[in-house]
Amino acid sequence: MSQPTWKNPIVAWIDYRLPIFTFTHHELVDYPTPRNLNYWWNFGSLAGVVLVIMIVTGIYLAMHYTPHTDYAFASVERIMRDVNYGWLIRYLHMNGGSIFFAVVYIHLLRGLYYGSYKAPREILWIIGVLIIFCMMATSFMGYVLPWGQMSFWAATVITNLFSAVPLVGEEIVNWLWGGFSVANPTLNRFYALHFLLPFVIFALVFLHLWALHVHKSNNPLGVEMSGDADSIPFHPYYTIKDTFGLGVLLVVYFGFTFFAPNVLGEPDNYIEANPLVTPSHIVPEWYLTPFYAVLRAITFDIWFIPAKLIGVVAMFASIGVLFFLPWLDTSPVRSATFRPVYKQFFWLFVIDCVVLWYVGANPPEGWFIPLGQFATAYYFFFLVILIPLIGFFERPRAVPDSIASAVTAGADPHREQS
Amino acid sequence: MVGRILGAAVAAVIAVTTANAAEAPRAPGQEWSFDGIFGTYDRNALRRGLTVYTSVCGACHSLDLVAYRHLGAVGYTEDEIKAIAAEFEVEDGPDEDGEMFSRAALPADAFAAPFPNEQAARAANSGTYPPDLSLITKARKHGADYLYAMLIEYRDEAPDGFELLDGMYYNEYFPGRQIAMPPPLFEDGVKYADGTKATVAQMAWDVTTFLAWAAEPEMEERKRLGIKVLIFVLVLTAMLYALKRQIWSRLH
Repeated sequence: MSQPTWKNPIVAWIDYRLPIFTFTHHELVDYPTPRNLNYWWNFGSLAGVVLVIMIVTGIYLAMHYTPHTDYAFASVERIMRDVNYGWLIRYLHMNGGSIFFAVVYIHLLRGLYYGSYKAPREILWIIGVLIIFCMMATSFMGYVLPWGQMSFWAATVITNLFSAVPLVGEEIVNWLWGGFSVANPTLNRFYALHFLLPFVIFALVFLHLWALHVHKSNNPLGVEMSGDADSIPFHPYYTIKDTFGLGVLLVVYFGFTFFAPNVLGEPDNYIEANPLVTPSHIVPEWYLTPFYAVLRAITFDIWFIPAKLIGVVAMFASIGVLFFLPWLDTSPVRSATFRPVYKQFFWLFVIDCVVLWYVGANPPEGWFIPLGQFATAYYFFFLVILIPLIGFFERPRAVPDSIASAVTAGADPHREQS
Repeated sequence: MVGRILGAAVAAVIAVTTANAAEAPRAPGQEWSFDGIFGTYDRNALRRGLTVYTSVCGACHSLDLVAYRHLGAVGYTEDEIKAIAAEFEVEDGPDEDGEMFSRAALPADAFAAPFPNEQAARAANSGTYPPDLSLITKARKHGADYLYAMLIEYRDEAPDGFELLDGMYYNEYFPGRQIAMPPPLFEDGVKYADGTKATVAQMAWDVTTFLAWAAEPEMEERKRLGIKVLIFVLVLTAMLYALKRQIWSRLH
């Protein structure tokens, strides 16, 4: 961590007045990083790259898109057919949304497994949850813009959820719509907000990184870096590792974009929106179906509270509960590597999320209803009950004194293979 | 414990999926020239398909998102395109007297629509609205297979116990199994310029190819570019991996 001296006189002149080069050197070159990060730690930087791709492709799409109910569908098709490489920009943006969520969900589960949310990284974690909230709002509104059947009906279903608010529900929904149904004013404001929110996400990412760089990365052992032997400089070790990871991600991303650009979407969205025809199954995009399953799991009133209101609260709570995770977890040990009981229930939770994802993509009938209810129950049971309880009763394995001692002893099962 | 619960969950999911599949039959998968990462549109089928569209489907179904000039991308010459467009009339105007007028279509025009608006289309089709076909293969699950099966699988009579509404036709693959469109294709219903015999299956095949192109005119360019991009990224990633190993070896 030496203070860099700048040989180039122009760089030195600027840096004396605005130390942007010194800052970059400290935060991206010298920045001490645990030496034992595994590939699960790649997904944070990958999410950042995908965000940039989404903003760049989105701005180009905005140059050609018309946010009017009469022209929106045709303007998207004009992008696909007549704008130079418009199909490429649009498919990159469309599939980029899916890739973004896939990467961020892995990033989140990594944090959950290795206890990255624990002190002193609570605010870092909370900002991350806020980013996911913003991503969901952004992707939902973006999905409405092509003004296909699924756009229109997803907008109708989701905005109608707010009618569950007691007393003023109807007023809130009309206020959201800017009228008495999903119509042109709704499309206009969704477009404006879809353009705005990514920059809010960008600002939150900046805060997320700021908080990260105060206490630095967690690592697979979950013990803090305590000396020079525990850390390596970010550059070149993690710059090259992250770049290699980006290459792997791009293979997947481009594979979808060029060869199966529509497999993750619904065919109905290539039919122009028609308020008079309801599609037989209204389903959200795959990355939102787990929460849709939670919403629909509540089929019963509790006392005087209607099922719909409980469902809406449960849906928002399924993400909202993550805000409290740092205080729900009572275990003194961070990493699940040393937590034999938590580890089991964590993987059950992952399976549970997959079940919710599958249930949410299917019509609410037959076996899907009890299955969705069971999966929803476990979702909250794990986060609110099991996590505090396991912390009390579990007997963790011995945690190594330092990263370096574990790495040199070869005791770390997550150690790099290279 | 995790394994046992996982097993039970998988079994439940499989049971549910098979129960659901009984509702709507999946159209049999066909081998299309445009399948796969090297797929291209069969040019001869495309030309024949254009004939089927203009002389059969085009009588009721519009193709609003496709312009005659787009045919240039699949091998039609400028003169051919002009000649095809000139067979159709489109409304233009207003002229300097403020009147709308009719003129022959130009390559820059979208395919001429059979009806001026939805009301006119409904009036001419006993109240039903023949949908625009520009995106039809993208707007259905397994669109090309579905369209082909739907076109050839008309039945003269509905199975016993099936309640067919008045003026509807029984079709196994259409959602709800009844469709307002009369069987559109008949043996030798069109005359192919290349002398191919116009069987129902042949016409269905050709027009499906044509409409698949209409829905995804960028597909050939997309796949060609995709192969180059993927080869580039794969080689780059392999080299990055080698570099990563080399750099990290300093630590061990």
